[in-house]
Amino acid sequence: MKSAVVQLPGLNRDRDMIAALTKISGHEPVTIWQTETEIADDIDLIVIPGGFSYGDYLRCGAIAARMPVMQAIREKAEKGVKVLGVCNGFQILVEAQLLPGALMRNSSLLFVSKEVKLEIVNADTDFTRTYEQGQVIRCPVAHHDGNYFADAETLKSLEGNGQVIFKYAEGTNPNGSLNDIAGIINARGNVLGMMPHPENLIEHAHGGKDGRGIFASALDVIAA
Amino acid sequence: MIKARVTVTLKNGVLDPQGKAIEGALGSLGFSGVGQVRQGKVFDLELEGDKAKAEADLKAMCDKLLANTVIENYTIAID
Repeated sequence: MKSAVVQLPGLNRDRDMIAALTKISGHEPVTIWQTETEIADDIDLIVIPGGFSYGDYLRCGAIAARMPVMQAIREKAEKGVKVLGVCNGFQILVEAQLLPGALMRNSSLLFVSKEVKLEIVNADTDFTRTYEQGQVIRCPVAHHDGNYFADAETLKSLEGNGQVIFKYAEGTNPNGSLNDIAGIINARGNVLGMMPHPENLIEHAHGGKDGRGIFASALDVIAA
Repeated sequence: MIKARVTVTLKNGVLDPQGKAIEGALGSLGFSGVGQVRQGKVFDLELEGDKAKAEADLKAMCDKLLANTVIENYTIAID
């Protein structure tokens, strides 16, 4: 499994993501710059990391979502290549309409940087299969705009189709997101967006390894 | 140059935490009787060409970038 990490001006979690993918798969991911319009055919997983792309001007992820590289990512996603967006990466995926809904200002209006509990609502996906259904894991969050919104019809279909993958476990919703949604997947099951940062909980130095399973699942390696 | 103003507002039913905070702040400044406050954005643009083209371009700009039509409505006013 070969992975790639997208680099855009203002993203700042790319190095953490590269470190996580390297440590878990044993292979260093390639990097994709904003102006690239072609992505190599041997890439199985494209990761859009967190940060503040283009200063988050206009709306979080709005400008990044309209850069040439996103067209290339869209084409790969349509071919079934796995795409993972974390934090700003999730915001970019919804702005690019690769995932439904929108991510709005936290209901508290505050930037939240803390650890939350995440429930694995659907363990039957390419990104969560190393977890148990209903398992609750620890995961850090760090964002200002993670308040997931979708209209009632979209929410109903997401829930009904098993497309809600992560929920903040009871009492830990840090941002007011509807139905405690922390992460969703597209209907095809190859594009996942999540607000929490699993790349920051993958080794003892982080204080735990709960986040490893997402990368282990997506990279098809054994979670250690 | 054609001058235009695009106003972007949140759709009904979309939670607006910033509007809520402003509503609270107005109340604490002593402005009583303030109902719901909703926050939006205004863009002032200058465009070359004729009015018909400007109108079509502005609509495309709103749909493609200026508004997120999942959560926002927009109106276009041309001088």
